[in-house]
Amino acid sequence: MKLIYEKGAPGRHASILGKCDVPEVMPPVDDMRKEKPLLPEVSETEISRHYQALSKRAYGVCDGLYPLGSCTMKYNPSVDEDIAALPEFTSVHPLAPDETVQGSLTVLSEMEKVLMAITGFAGFTFEPAAGAHGEFTGLLTIKAYHRANGDLTTRTKIIVPDSAHGTNPASAAMAGFEVINTPSDDKGCIDLDALRAVVGPDTAGLMLTNPNTVGLFDPNIVEVTKIIHEAGGLCYYDGANLNAAMGIARPADMGFDVMHLNLHKTFATPHGGGGPGSGPVGCREDLVKFLPGSRPVKGSDGMLHMEAGSDSYGRMRAFNGNFLVIVKALTYVKMLGRDGLLEASRNAVLNANYMRVKLSDILPAAYDVTCMHEFVVSLDDLKKSTGVSALDFAKAMQEYGIHPPTMYFPMIVHEALMIEPTETEPKETLDEAIHAIREIYERSYHESEWMHGCPHTDSDWLHEYVPEDTGAADRLEKAVTTVIGRPDEVTAARHPKLTYQG
Amino acid sequence: MNTPENLKYSKTHEWVKDMGDGKFEIGLTDYAQSELSDLVFVNLPEIGDDVTADEVCADVESVKAASDVYSPVTGKVAEVNEELIDAPQSINSDPYSAWLFRAEDVTDTEELMDAAAYNELVAKEKQ
Amino acid sequence: MGSFVPGTKAEQESMLREAGYKNWDDLFSGIPKDVYLADKPLDIPEGKSELEVTAEMKEIADRNVRFRYILRGAGAYDHYIPSIVGRVVRKESFLTAYTPYQAEISQGILQSIFEYQSEIAALTGMDVSNASAYDGASAAAEGVMMCLDRKRTKILVSDSIAPETMDVVKTYCFGRNVSCTVVPSKEGVTDLDALKEMAGDDTACLLIQSPNYFGIIEPAAEAADLIHGAGAKLVMSVNPISLGLLKTPAEYGADVAVGEGQSLGMPLAWGGPYLGFMAATKEMMRKLPGRIVGETTDSEGRRAYVLTLQAREQHIRREKAGSNICSNEALCALTASVYLAAMGPEGLKLAALQSTSKAHYLQKVLESKGLDLVYDRPFFDEFLTSSESRESRDKLLSALEKIGVLGGLPCGEREILWCVTEKVPKEVLDMVGREAR
Repeated sequence: MKLIYEKGAPGRHASILGKCDVPEVMPPVDDMRKEKPLLPEVSETEISRHYQALSKRAYGVCDGLYPLGSCTMKYNPSVDEDIAALPEFTSVHPLAPDETVQGSLTVLSEMEKVLMAITGFAGFTFEPAAGAHGEFTGLLTIKAYHRANGDLTTRTKIIVPDSAHGTNPASAAMAGFEVINTPSDDKGCIDLDALRAVVGPDTAGLMLTNPNTVGLFDPNIVEVTKIIHEAGGLCYYDGANLNAAMGIARPADMGFDVMHLNLHKTFATPHGGGGPGSGPVGCREDLVKFLPGSRPVKGSDGMLHMEAGSDSYGRMRAFNGNFLVIVKALTYVKMLGRDGLLEASRNAVLNANYMRVKLSDILPAAYDVTCMHEFVVSLDDLKKSTGVSALDFAKAMQEYGIHPPTMYFPMIVHEALMIEPTETEPKETLDEAIHAIREIYERSYHESEWMHGCPHTDSDWLHEYVPEDTGAADRLEKAVTTVIGRPDEVTAARHPKLTYQG
Repeated sequence: MNTPENLKYSKTHEWVKDMGDGKFEIGLTDYAQSELSDLVFVNLPEIGDDVTADEVCADVESVKAASDVYSPVTGKVAEVNEELIDAPQSINSDPYSAWLFRAEDVTDTEELMDAAAYNELVAKEKQ
Repeated sequence: MGSFVPGTKAEQESMLREAGYKNWDDLFSGIPKDVYLADKPLDIPEGKSELEVTAEMKEIADRNVRFRYILRGAGAYDHYIPSIVGRVVRKESFLTAYTPYQAEISQGILQSIFEYQSEIAALTGMDVSNASAYDGASAAAEGVMMCLDRKRTKILVSDSIAPETMDVVKTYCFGRNVSCTVVPSKEGVTDLDALKEMAGDDTACLLIQSPNYFGIIEPAAEAADLIHGAGAKLVMSVNPISLGLLKTPAEYGADVAVGEGQSLGMPLAWGGPYLGFMAATKEMMRKLPGRIVGETTDSEGRRAYVLTLQAREQHIRREKAGSNICSNEALCALTASVYLAAMGPEGLKLAALQSTSKAHYLQKVLESKGLDLVYDRPFFDEFLTSSESRESRDKLLSALEKIGVLGGLPCGEREILWCVTEKVPKEVLDMVGREAR
């Protein structure tokens, strides 16, 4: 497919602006660019068709199951988009006076109250634009706390489990801490003895997600946070897996002190191909004063005003937060309400266990117990028997019209596939996915060569394999060919070509 | 797997060549390159940097991973192999010619093994 | 109660049993009793239908004031958004897609990012761009971090950058335990003499903004010479619309170019989501944080796009990564891309020219009414005026609000930071003049 640069012709353009109604004033000659920028020169027809063609080469939640573990790809409600497009929300300048933006301030204030109820924390900042940004924010809050206690030079270490998402240690490093890794036990949870061995007077804190990255709720969680507190550290909760916990358990009750949430995961705002998200950070009462930026507070005039904490450590971004994303999330929580949020978490956990149980005879979960909203299977044995790797398996799933699960994460499971169906999937979709996975598993034993070549760009394979059971005709209809086969990533990294050169 | 007799080896899979003129040449073994698979980039130390035996001095990148390189000696970096910047794949194709850096003023080497001992170590790791 | 769980209560119960559980409590029996909420409901109101929620959210929205014209910038700009932009970014498969890690089924997303990177590189004149950062201020902070190395750990920041950017850079420096020193400004721009004194062997970089917070074009060429002379790097924060006309960071000799991309098709939206763009020289390429898309081929020679140079990122380097950034502002980058295609090089130049021309027009109008231009220097589309008194300044802004115009940002004792974009008609500028009696 052509790049937009390879379409159009010199001089072509859409008709956007009119004539200038004031005398033209040019900048000083020395301050002007020498050449016009290399940008596409296309008509509106060409723009419309180009992006339409690109959109057909994308796979969204609108296209099918998206069982990416740790990402919570649930359905993105249509009404959220309508509300976020209201001109009363979109046309407002971030530096407009507080009296003129009472609606926006109300959005933040109401969202904060909902998050307080779900998590048990006392106050939130909405500045962070994503989960990792939230982690950084939370760790700086912990740093500010230790600074206020005069412990900045002694409490330099953050403990992170070996199963942690890469953003955790990266965030700790950005916050100036040394990262200490602690192992998981054979049940996939925190090894308490190993943890006790690494805590000390140099412990600033611990970063953890619960349920953890193998989808298990750590039964010792209260003991874990107690160990850290006894050493004088604080506990940070990575809220990426909160979809398993709304109305089920609250991070504050587990003993955590600070956390972030991912509105683009748990609260159904769309992923957009990689953002924008929103990662609000909440904390216990005595830490609220350290939070960055400002929070809506009711003044004596009865109006909401943005106020910074008395000991705020700074600012994470220029303005108030990814506001329209927060509008979408608030619309969602208002719609679900107290019972709907509980229902969402319950069914997220149910759907994951349903799939886990139905696949357990061929692909048992790495930890063979009731999971939370996601579970991990290891394809290590399959690879040893057939040579088919987790990567091959994932690419084969593409041909069945299913987005592959998360691959090769967490690092403590070899040849891992992490499956998170979410609660917004109909039972039929789950059954189809289970059936597809079972078929791919079978094919691994008979057709490992075919698997190494997945995904295929032509449909020849459809006529080779004839499944013996019913439903074959349906599946053939849905089979997907991709527009490219596996790309050469080695050349892409050795000889980076990152822009169109003309 | 290739393990030249005339070199010494570290437990972290680097090879060392005593160049005879006070300098030591350091690279990655054949076993290391095969485990790392296609290398796409090398982050070399700078000339003049101090290196310490058994501490990280460089790293190599494949598409999906970044791996630390540990210095087998304590000393100063005298030269770096600039050719590797444009052609990191020579470590894969010719690991014993594709040296990473040369060290001088070497005061300490960690316990280095000969080819036979290194082959034993690798055999154990493969199990 | 609103719900997006497809199954009925009966279907849910049936699935529970099929999976081997007696009831919900049985499913959650592994949760420790001291944290399991059991029957305790969340302290949140009851759920609602789509119809009810829409009414409720509309009522909240109506508490905001919608100004007819906006003459305030200071980091967020009211430019015209072409209609096609909204139509494209609302396409469901763009909106609801995940990060394109599975290249074979995400070529549309990857190609659109590659096009965006090309457009940002072209606009700034730099060699390479990443796939986006959160906003202009955090992009500036990340840009500054790119320049740190073992010997050079001191960061210089010009006083004339936006105060919000300054706060964010200082915060990121608090994180990394590096020092951030402010280079004073003189007569509205970076004080080059002070810069010369302050730049040394341990300086990592200088961060300047042009046009700066007061809309003034900075002496970036001289600043570049001075900072390079000290062996350090130049990070420039720039206004993307202004690059339709103004000299590029590359032409000034910048090593890293960053900025706020909101002007490229995103609404003001009370502060977000916005778009941080980051571009750099070839030498600095591997220091760029965040995702980058590269061109390659598949085994049959087809052109293909893929996330590349991933070994820089957090999921591989973990604590050794330059930045922790994971999700960025992908849909906003797509927005910018469509905007730039809709405007084209000529349209962008026109937006820039009209903005600066109208700003100069308003400046003259206000001057004739006694609001003096504070700094007599070339400016782009923002400028700072000084009123007779605090009272007269506040009175003017109040009067403008009453007629549906959000005036410039009140600064200091009696100053106003004005901004005019191509959206504001001459009649409105004349009307502002009449209010400034």
